[in-house]
Amino acid sequence: MNAALRLPATGGFTAPTVDEMHLPPFFELGTFEFGKQMLLILLSVVLIAGFFMWAIRRHALVPSKAQYLGEAGYGFVRNHLGRDIIGEKEFRPYIPLLFTFFFFILVNNLFGSIPVLQLPTLSHAGSAYVLAGIAYVTWVFMGIKRHGLGGFMGKMTMPPDVPKLLYIFLIPIEFLSNLIIRPVTHALRVFATMFAGHLALMVAASMTGYLISQASLISVVSVGSAVLGIFIYFLEILIQVLQAYIFTLLFAVYVQGALQEGH
Amino acid sequence: MTGSLSAIGYGLAAIGGGIGVGLIFAAYMQSVARQPESQRVLQPMLFFGFAVVEALAILGFVLAFIA
Repeated sequence: MNAALRLPATGGFTAPTVDEMHLPPFFELGTFEFGKQMLLILLSVVLIAGFFMWAIRRHALVPSKAQYLGEAGYGFVRNHLGRDIIGEKEFRPYIPLLFTFFFFILVNNLFGSIPVLQLPTLSHAGSAYVLAGIAYVTWVFMGIKRHGLGGFMGKMTMPPDVPKLLYIFLIPIEFLSNLIIRPVTHALRVFATMFAGHLALMVAASMTGYLISQASLISVVSVGSAVLGIFIYFLEILIQVLQAYIFTLLFAVYVQGALQEGH
Repeated sequence: MTGSLSAIGYGLAAIGGGIGVGLIFAAYMQSVARQPESQRVLQPMLFFGFAVVEALAILGFVLAFIA
């Protein structure tokens, strides 16, 4: 092997680990640690509220560009996620929640692809658990309110048109999958994709940095990993938007399932 | 050779999810190719089915980090 192409024997490449995603907190109040994630969440609230209030600052029959953009975003969530899935009669009370879920997750995910910020808030599981918890409590509460506790449990655990004997097996399985695994995967789906995407980006970036720092011909290879990193970056943007859509869509589907009559 | 067995475990867990998601998208494309106007109805179903099938792969991913 050519000596110029040989990697140095010592100080080889070490891939970034999970621990490097836990940045040190900015300041601490007792046991409460205020970190970058929390700052980003506050920033996202300011950004979303600011944008939509700015977009509707002047109501006009012929909308300005900003108003059009705001209305298009609102209309998308209202019509495609609310009306089409929950149904014409029932969707109105859920619009605020659907709207908040979609834009909160969208903006927080996109923070992962904005230089300098570059950290998807939901790559820490805590915020994902809270979001999925709000969704879970909402659809279970609305389902129980509509059908009563017994009726709701029956809907969730007893699929229709099955021989009675099979219920011995089906009730525990359905209970587990509908009422326990469902909220857990609802939270973990958005967390895991953000976490994995951020980690993949970190690996590509640190690999590029390491290869460039090699004072030999091998630094040319860094072009390959840089291209890979850019590819992952754009793939991440796609996934970030898709995950915000899927989270909101699943919430709408769960609400619809809890509300519908009969089986 | 050193490394983590849970990475192999997650690779195995991803096979099932990969096949399932592939089948769902294949069926979706075929339906839309045969009947383009069904796209609006099928698209939410597509993402719902995709999300449900993906759940197993997600559980595998998390378990790989916990183990």
